[in-house]
Amino acid sequence: MAEILAFEHVSIAYDGRAGRQIILNDVSFSIGAGEALGLVGESGCGKSTVALATMRYLPRGMSVIEGHIRVEGRDTAGLSDQELSRIRGNRIAMVYQDPMSSLNPVMPIGKQLMEVPLLHGETDEKAAFSRAVQMLEEVRLPAAEAMMERYPHQLSGGQQQRVVIAMALMAEPALLIMDEPTTGLDVTIEAAILELVRDLRAKFGTAILFISHNLGTVARICDRIGVLYAGRMVETGQIGTVFRGPAHPYTRGLLGALPRLSGGGRRGKLRPIEGTIGAGDRSRIGCAFVPRCSFAVRHECEERPIAMVDLGGDHLARCARLDAIRASVKDEHDTVATAAGSNAPIVLRVRKLSKEYKLSSFFGGEKKGVVRAVTDVDLDARAGETLAIVGESGCGKSTLARIVSGLLAGTSGEVKLGETDLTKLKVDDRPPEIRRQIQMVFQNPDSTLNPSHSIAYALSRPLRMLRNLASGDAKAEVSSLLAQVRLPAEMAERMPHQLSGGQRQRVAIARALAGNPELVVADEPVSALDVSVQAAILNLLGELLEQSQLGLVLISHDLALVRHMADWVAVMYLGRVVEYGPVEQVFSPPFHPYTEALLRAAPTPDPDAAPPSAALEGMMPSPTEIIVGCAFASRCPSRIAGLCDTTPPPVRQFGDHRIACHLDLGGQVPVAPGGLTEMRSSTS
Amino acid sequence: MLRYSAKQLLNMALTLFAVSFLVFALNELSPGDVTRKILGPYASQSQVDHLTREMGLDRPAIVRYFEYMGRALTGDFGDSIYYRQPVSTLIWDRLGNTLLLAAISFAVIVPLSVLLGVLAGMRERGWFDRAVSVFSSMCASIPEFAMGVFLLGIFVVWLGVLPGTSPLRADSGWAIWMQFVLPVLVVTFYDAGYLIAMVRSSMVEVMRQPYIRTALLKGNSFRNVVAKHALRNALITPFTVILLQLNYLVSGLVVVETLFAYPGFGRLMLEAALAKDIAVLEAGTLIAVSVTMLTQLFGDLGYMALDPRIRV
Repeated sequence: MAEILAFEHVSIAYDGRAGRQIILNDVSFSIGAGEALGLVGESGCGKSTVALATMRYLPRGMSVIEGHIRVEGRDTAGLSDQELSRIRGNRIAMVYQDPMSSLNPVMPIGKQLMEVPLLHGETDEKAAFSRAVQMLEEVRLPAAEAMMERYPHQLSGGQQQRVVIAMALMAEPALLIMDEPTTGLDVTIEAAILELVRDLRAKFGTAILFISHNLGTVARICDRIGVLYAGRMVETGQIGTVFRGPAHPYTRGLLGALPRLSGGGRRGKLRPIEGTIGAGDRSRIGCAFVPRCSFAVRHECEERPIAMVDLGGDHLARCARLDAIRASVKDEHDTVATAAGSNAPIVLRVRKLSKEYKLSSFFGGEKKGVVRAVTDVDLDARAGETLAIVGESGCGKSTLARIVSGLLAGTSGEVKLGETDLTKLKVDDRPPEIRRQIQMVFQNPDSTLNPSHSIAYALSRPLRMLRNLASGDAKAEVSSLLAQVRLPAEMAERMPHQLSGGQRQRVAIARALAGNPELVVADEPVSALDVSVQAAILNLLGELLEQSQLGLVLISHDLALVRHMADWVAVMYLGRVVEYGPVEQVFSPPFHPYTEALLRAAPTPDPDAAPPSAALEGMMPSPTEIIVGCAFASRCPSRIAGLCDTTPPPVRQFGDHRIACHLDLGGQVPVAPGGLTEMRSSTS
Repeated sequence: MLRYSAKQLLNMALTLFAVSFLVFALNELSPGDVTRKILGPYASQSQVDHLTREMGLDRPAIVRYFEYMGRALTGDFGDSIYYRQPVSTLIWDRLGNTLLLAAISFAVIVPLSVLLGVLAGMRERGWFDRAVSVFSSMCASIPEFAMGVFLLGIFVVWLGVLPGTSPLRADSGWAIWMQFVLPVLVVTFYDAGYLIAMVRSSMVEVMRQPYIRTALLKGNSFRNVVAKHALRNALITPFTVILLQLNYLVSGLVVVETLFAYPGFGRLMLEAALAKDIAVLEAGTLIAVSVTMLTQLFGDLGYMALDPRIRV
C-alpha cells in the first residue's frame, strides 16, 4: 500500500516568551492509500497540531524541531511556497470544526467551490462550475445549481458541513483531514454526515486522518486509531483491537470514562481520569501520563524514555507496565444499576405549558406569524431524581429550561414548584424563597463566572443574597461548598482563569448549590468538557442527587449521557414532548419513531456495532409552521399518509411510559386525548 | 432595497421636521429679543415695537414656524442679521466651499486609510504593522490646531512654499489649488490616523478567522487570500465609520477653517452662534442634520451591498 502521509519521529515545539515548550514529542505514524486513521485524545494533547503540521500551517512560534513529515513521499519541509500551494487543497484537503466560520460569509458557495479547480489547473470556468454542481450532488445537497448562488448563512449547519466536505473533495485529494467535523452538530445530522463520509470514502478511495475527541464517531469512520497524550502517541492499532483490549492506561481511561447507551444507567460510577495534563508533562523524560496513572512505578516509568511495545497484530502501546496492568485486569466498565425510586415526591410540575412569540416587523407592527417554541408540555421533576430532556437543537428544550428558571415567562399552562405557580413569574418577580429553590448550571463555565471576581466572591454572593448569611458565616460555608464539589478550600482565593474547565464547572455547580435549592436545571452541563473531566462531573452530580433530595432537570443532546444520568426522560420534538417515561422504558422498544432515530444516530464506541441504516432525512419544520397532525410527520420514516399529517397523534400508554404516535405500538390509547403525564395521574 | 430606501427617506423627512421644530422652539426660547438685537441698545421701545410688527414677530410662534418652513422649502431661509444678507446666498456659498474641501480630503483619506490599514493588518505584528500603528496613533493623537500650526511653521514660515491662509481668492497671490494643500493635509493627518487604526484592527480580526485558513489551505497564495477573501470582509466594519467621517468633514472643520481663514460652513456656523444669528443657525442645523441622515442611508445601503448577511 502506497504511503500517503508519514510522520517520522516528529517533534514540534513552541518558542515563546517562557522559552521552548514541546507540543509534539517523537510522533510517528503513517496512513496508506484509502486508509482511515482516527486520532483521539483530550484537548491539549496535540491532535490539531498534527493536522496543521501536515498542511505545514503551524501557528506563529511553532516549528518542527525534529523528524520528517512526508506527503506522498515528499518531505514537506523542503517545499517552496508555490509547491506547497499546489499540494494544499489538491493532494491534501481539510474539513474543519464549525463549518459556518470556515466558509467565507460574503462569497457565494459556488464561487468558493469553483476556486479549488481554478486554483489547481482547471482554466475553464464552465468546467469548474459543472464540477462544483456535481460535487454538491455527491454530498447529497438538494437543488445543487440553486445552492451555488447561496451564501453560507442561508444554509443549516449540516448543509454547511456538506459544502465544506464537497469543497475538500473537489480535487479528489489523496488525503482528507477532518478535524472534529461533527462537533457542535446535532446527533441526527452528525450521523448523516458520518454516513456520507463513509460512502464518499468508499467511492473515491480517499485516505482520511480523522481527529476527534469522540470515540464513537471515530469507531464509525476509521480502520485504525492513534491515541495521543501530551504530545506523544501512546497507543496505535486496529480500531477493534484497541477498543476491545486497550493496553495503555490512558486509552483504558478514555474508554472507561464514557457513559454508554448500553450501560446500566442510574448514575453508576464512571471512571474519570483524575487530574489534567500538566504544563511539564510534555517534556517528561519518561511517561507523560505518570501523574494521572494508578499503575505508575517510579523507576520504571519516570527515569527513562519509554519505547513503543509491539503487542502483535499491528497493536502498539507506549507503556512500561503493560504486564502488571494485564494481570490486574477486570471489567473496567462496571456501572452498577441501583434500584429506581420513581415514587419520589414531585418537585416541579409542568402542565400544558406553551410558549409563543409573536413576530412583528419594526415598522407598522403588522404580525408576521407566531413562533411556537413550546407546545403543551407536561413533565414532572422528582426529588432526588433526574429528569432528562433530549432532542435536536430547536426542539424547545432550552426554552423550557429558561421558563422554569424564570428567564422567560410562559404563555399559557402551568409550571408549579410545590404549590406556587411560576408560569408567568420571571426571575425578578419571584419571591426570594422561590429564587433560592431553583438554580441553574449552564453549558459554558467560562462565560458564566465573572472573570474579575474570585471564586470566594462568586460563591459567597448567593449565600448572602439567597440565604442572608453574614459575611463571616458565608466564608465558612464557601469552604463547605467547595468540599461538596470536591475542590480544595484554597480554591476560594483563586480567580476563574486560574482554574481548569472542569474545576470551573464544579464551581458553577457549587454556586447553584449555595442556596440549598430543591431543583437544579442543568443545560448541557458537560458538553464543553473533555470525556475524562465529564465523567468526574457526572459522578459528582450523581453523588449530590443521592445525598440531598435535589431534583435535577438535565438538558442534553447526548443520549449515552442521558441513559447514564436520568431516571425519567422526555424526548422533545418541535416544542412537543413526543415520548416520556422511565429511562429504561424510553431506551427500549416500543419507541416513538423519533426516539428510535435519535438512538440509531448516536455514535457508540463499539467497533462491532452495525453502521446505522439510513439516517434521519430532512430538517425540523420551522416553529412558525402550523402543525395539524403529528409534528414529526414530515420526517417520519413510518408515516401513515393521510393520517399522520392530518390528525394529532393519540397518546399510547405503557404503564408509566407514554408515546404520542399514530403507529400501533401496542399499549393503551386513552379515550380522552390528554397530555403525556396528565394521564398517568388519572390512571394510577 | 427600493422599499427600504423609500422608508428611510420618509423617516428622514419626519426627523428633519422634528429637528426643525426643536431648533425653532429653542431659538424662540433663547434670551434676548431679535429686534432689540438688530436695532441696538439705544433704540426706543416704540422703534422696537414697530420693527417687531413689521417682521411679524408679534404673531403666535406656531404660525411663524409654518410660515418659516413653507419658505424654507422653497430655499428661502430668511435674512442673516449679522451678515445683513439672505441666508441662502450666504450658506450655499460657504457650504460649497466646505464640500469642496471635504471631497478632496475624503478622496485622499479613504484610499490612504484602506491601503495602509489592510497592508498593516494582513500581517499582524510584522514590521510594517508596527510602523503603521505608531504613525496612525501619532496622527490621531495630535490635535488639529497643533498639527496645523506645526505644518504652517514648516511650509509657510520656514520653507515658504505654501500660503498661510486659504481665503480661496485668486488675488491673494497664491494659486487656488495651493491654498488647499495645507487644510487638506491637516484634516487628512488627523482623520486618517483614526481610520487607519479602524481598518487595521478589522483586518487583523478577519485574518484570524477560520475561513482565511480555509482559503489558504485550499491552495490560494497569500496575496490571493488577502485580495479575494479578506478585503471585502475587512471593510464591512469600518464602512459605516468611514461614511460617518463625512459628517465630521462637513460640520466639524471649524478648527481648520478658522486656522486657515477658509470661508467654510463650519466657520460660518461658529460666527453665527457667537453672534446669535438665529436664521443662519437654523438653516445650518437643518443642513447638518440632512447630511448626517443621508450618509447614514448610504451607509446602510453600502453595508447591505458589502455583507450578504444583512438584508431588509
